[in-house]
Amino acid sequence: MVPFKRANQSIELLDGFMNTIDQGMVIFNEGIKNYLFGKRENFLDNLRTLSNLETEADITKRKIEQLLYTQSLMPQLRGDILRLLEDLDNIIDLAKTNLFQFDVEVPFIPAELNQDLIKLAELSCNAVESVIPASRAYFRDPESVKEKIHRVYLYEKEADKLADAIKRKVFQEMPDLKLSEKFHLRYFTLHIEILSDAAERAADLLAIMAIKRTV
Amino acid sequence: MLFTIFLSSGLFLGWSLGANDAANIFGTAVGSKMIRFGRAALIASIFVIIGAVFQGRGTSETLSSLSAVDALGGAFTVSLCSAITVYGMTRNGLPVSTTQAIVGAIVGWSLFTGNKTDGAVLTKIIGSWITSPLLGMFFAALLFIVLRQLLRRIKLHVIKLDSYIRVGLVIAGAMGAYSLGANNIANVMGVFIPSAPDIMLDFGIFILDGVQILFLLGGVAIAVGIFTYSHRVMNTVGNGILSLTPEAAIVIVLAQAIVLFLFSSTSFGNLLVSIGLPPLPLVPVSSTQVVIGSILGIGIVKGARELNFKMLGGVAMGWILTPLISGLITYFALFFVQNVFRIQVSEYAADLQKQPGIAEASAEIRNFDLIEPAIIAFFGFLMLLFIITAFKQRKLRRVAEDSLASMQEEVYNFRKALNELEISTVQRENELLNTKLEVKRQEFIGMAHNIARQKEFLENLSSKIEKISESDCSSGEMKKNLGELGASIRQKMSYTGELTRFYGQVEHIHKDFRQKLESKYPGITPQEQKLIMLLRLNFSTKEIASLMNISPKSVEISRYRLRKKLGLRHGENLINLITNL
Repeated sequence: MVPFKRANQSIELLDGFMNTIDQGMVIFNEGIKNYLFGKRENFLDNLRTLSNLETEADITKRKIEQLLYTQSLMPQLRGDILRLLEDLDNIIDLAKTNLFQFDVEVPFIPAELNQDLIKLAELSCNAVESVIPASRAYFRDPESVKEKIHRVYLYEKEADKLADAIKRKVFQEMPDLKLSEKFHLRYFTLHIEILSDAAERAADLLAIMAIKRTV
Repeated sequence: MLFTIFLSSGLFLGWSLGANDAANIFGTAVGSKMIRFGRAALIASIFVIIGAVFQGRGTSETLSSLSAVDALGGAFTVSLCSAITVYGMTRNGLPVSTTQAIVGAIVGWSLFTGNKTDGAVLTKIIGSWITSPLLGMFFAALLFIVLRQLLRRIKLHVIKLDSYIRVGLVIAGAMGAYSLGANNIANVMGVFIPSAPDIMLDFGIFILDGVQILFLLGGVAIAVGIFTYSHRVMNTVGNGILSLTPEAAIVIVLAQAIVLFLFSSTSFGNLLVSIGLPPLPLVPVSSTQVVIGSILGIGIVKGARELNFKMLGGVAMGWILTPLISGLITYFALFFVQNVFRIQVSEYAADLQKQPGIAEASAEIRNFDLIEPAIIAFFGFLMLLFIITAFKQRKLRRVAEDSLASMQEEVYNFRKALNELEISTVQRENELLNTKLEVKRQEFIGMAHNIARQKEFLENLSSKIEKISESDCSSGEMKKNLGELGASIRQKMSYTGELTRFYGQVEHIHKDFRQKLESKYPGITPQEQKLIMLLRLNFSTKEIASLMNISPKSVEISRYRLRKKLGLRHGENLINLITNL
């Protein structure tokens, strides 16, 4: 039947979109590591892959929007769902933009910061990766969303703490660095940390959406 | 022909029923955009007609047993007054029960004509007004709990659930429409059953008798009401009492369909009897009341936090007022119909008024003269009134829309002008700040240049004095050298360059003022302009004299000449004039 065919199509697109975001985070994490360890070829490859994933996410998001509006699917929930997709798309956009900044600005990163930055990237990516299952759960089991999003908040807090520690280390324990280099490092720490903030915003939205569905 | 005219009131009541009650079936589905209005109206219309034709007999018999309206004129009046009551309350946005209106009208007819109202049947009917919403509440609560548990267990994707709900709403809506037709056709055509035509229509697969043909006509009238007027009501029902999700909407429609079916199904009644239970009375019940009961049931399951009790109160008032108003209108209408138009409203009343011989003959002659033209005139008058009211309403609505549109345009223009003003203010402020910044910058540059020049001059002076003091020249030569020194110092004291730059700065800063001065007093010389600028900057006469390289006395004379040129009278202040320019 036609309505079920369209419903299946929408579900496939949504799942595809979530998968793209998930993959994007993995690539971002790898990209940071490759940059820090000086693996230029791998880093450039990560940039290309992430750019493609970001484009794919945009296309999928637009297809979903079009389907929801033209077929008048879920008129009461449509607005919330599209806002969620917007927030998730924003995460992969940020990941792509921020990873490209590494290529454009080529920041000098002292070797003693590598492990901290890798850890920060992992925490940010974990925060985003925790949002994905919560988003999937919203569509099938809204009551379980709450128990899935608490990890997002945890990773976000840890990311904030680590970012703060990195910045303190740079400004207070590295006198050999020039002021411009310190500022540069500060911004790149922010570039990595900001992904966890975006994940937290998506988690907040999911929490409200889940409550609305269960009322 | 006469029968058709009398039937029109029933058709009007059917139209009112369709306009009001279709919203109970498809209101939420259409209002939340799950189903398009056209599709919903088509499904509702088809199933209402089927339900009315094939299952409408049971409830019609009960209504007939309440009090048989045994004259066509009476049936016409009863039906018309119910329709007017329903239409009036629908226009005011109140959900109204057609059943209550028709029952009130029948009771009014009984009171007017002196016919007996069957108390037991009336009690059954009034009892159904209480039991039907309670049953609706019970079924809705039960279905809602079951549905909620089911959805929690199967964890269906929300998009798929949406598709299932759409299909479910269509099926439930069809069932609801069938039950509505089966149960409520009695309200529309029940009073005309004693006058049903004695014909049979053979469609091959089924045969329709006279009563069923009446029901078919009534069903078609309901369908017309659905298509023409129910859209408006659909957009307001449901969300007025409790905000409904599509899942709740499907439960409500199902509960309504079940309750109406239970009160119209003879086979279900027989089933209850066969298992030793008392059957439910086959009475027309209000779908609106059942829906409201269902909504309450869901609200109670959810915790009764969001119920709009004020609206519920208004609805309850409607339930009390509807039969009263309908009964009153019918009573007075019957008086007019019988005594003014001379139409027989009851066989029983006619028998009471019967006089033998001449009176009977003369009544017969009068009826033949007055009936048709009077009915046609009355009917025509009603139609005209309806058309005029409709046109007036449309005109008023257009006027209101136009005035709203023009107000909105005005507001938009004001906002636009305000925005432009804000933008120009900000731009001007920016320009001013830029100018100030530029001035400051020039000032500092000027200061720096001044210092450099002063330093250079003094260095030159110092080296010349050193040369003179070290040289062995004669007194004549020394005098000459000293004279040259004195001349260069005097030249420096004139500050020509600095003054030029100073005036340039002043003119740049006060460009607007200078333009206004030139336009208002075109005869002002450049020297007088300088004087006016310096006066505007509050320099004293001595300072002005120093800056203009003239004596203070000359400054005073220049001021006097300026006053004359500007046309100032004795007592008027020059500085005030310049400041206020």
